[in-house]
Amino acid sequence: MKNKSLVSITDFSKSDYLKILDLAESYERKPVSELLTGKVIATLFFEPSTRTRLSFESAVNRMGGRIIGFSDSSSSSVTKGETLYDTINVVSNYCDLIVMRHPLEGSARFASEIATVPVINAGDGANQHPTQTLLDLYSIKKTQGKLDDLTLFMVGDLKYGRTVHSLLMAMSQFNTTFHFISPEELKMPEEYKILLRTLGLKYHEHKDYTDIITEADIIYMTRVQKERFSDPIEYERTKNAYVLKNKMLTHTKENLKILHPLPRVNEIDQDVDVNPKAYYFTQVLNGVYIRQAIISSILGLC
Amino acid sequence: MKDKILEVSAIENGTVIDHIPPKAFFKVIAILRLEKLDNQMTLGTNLDSKKLGKKAIVKLSDIFFPDKDINKIALVAPQAKLNIIKNYDVVEKRVVEIPDDIVGIVKCMNPKCITNSEKIVTRFKVVSKKEVTLKCLYCEKITDQDNMEVI
Repeated sequence: MKNKSLVSITDFSKSDYLKILDLAESYERKPVSELLTGKVIATLFFEPSTRTRLSFESAVNRMGGRIIGFSDSSSSSVTKGETLYDTINVVSNYCDLIVMRHPLEGSARFASEIATVPVINAGDGANQHPTQTLLDLYSIKKTQGKLDDLTLFMVGDLKYGRTVHSLLMAMSQFNTTFHFISPEELKMPEEYKILLRTLGLKYHEHKDYTDIITEADIIYMTRVQKERFSDPIEYERTKNAYVLKNKMLTHTKENLKILHPLPRVNEIDQDVDVNPKAYYFTQVLNGVYIRQAIISSILGLC
Repeated sequence: MKDKILEVSAIENGTVIDHIPPKAFFKVIAILRLEKLDNQMTLGTNLDSKKLGKKAIVKLSDIFFPDKDINKIALVAPQAKLNIIKNYDVVEKRVVEIPDDIVGIVKCMNPKCITNSEKIVTRFKVVSKKEVTLKCLYCEKITDQDNMEVI
């Protein structure tokens, strides 16, 4: 993994993921180190994403590294009309690693081709967000004690949600049984179902929550985004139809955990938060360990 | 008496690309960058064809394309036939084949793709050759036959 950019979840192999997960576990036990002393990490956020940026910056700080960068493009030379090509060429000279968030899809792949230092994709439009997927894997492994043979429910916007697509691709390597709960217009795209069929994995599609959720080891919730609907009334109706409430969890498995990439709107009722099966806030903390693991692996420091 | 038939003359040496669908005619010209060449060429479109109804044909004197160049036209004219002419004789007949990778010919149909806002040579993997379907190596989105725009 040394000096290799992480642009898409498919850039790393299954054994790479597993190594990163093990490493994240060691950072969870001992988060503070001086591994990154003398290293400069650039965080280039061409669109704001406070949560992701702070998670990366926290990871760097805990390992004693320094950060340069910007948190939205209005405070960068983009406003002067500079191309991404030029920005990356320039910034490559200032740092050992680039973490980039950009609104355009494919921007991270392009940056990784130009940069003389490795690039970590912190989200390129609706395309990829691989560090989110790795932290989801870490959360699943940590709460279930394994990744193999689990039953994973995905709920909400399965059509446009990049996090569910990347997680599906990653989990498809671990003999997972999938259940998809979504409105008709936000169903899992055919290409992912083809992938699962090719791999001989089971998947089931549902329009509503039913007792079937008692089979779940993991429920992965996503936000139904307003901009996906042309009709605001339809949005309200759909949004409210997929709310997960605490009483629905009564007969679910002991080991069930509910994950959400956050931010949530109303798809998980606040009354779920007190249930020990709610895991989304701890999931955020796991993001710091996983990013420590990714950064130190790519810089070849572990 | 005036001869009313305008004949598309035979060429001595070169390449004839036959059975081009008329709607792909100008795209073929663009893909092969014919406007850059000084060679003698005869271009015809909407000609009667038994096989296609109407067809276009391109006759290029003293031009022989390497496979990797000529195969690019398979994107828009998969049924095109090539005749290689030497000394007025057809010495070789070939069909075009869709390549596995497409570099720099097609525009990615995703308006939010980085290749549509920076100066980048587009790159696609051909995921289906039957109904030509391309996957952008940058944004990872699909550009299908109906939305294929030649740069």
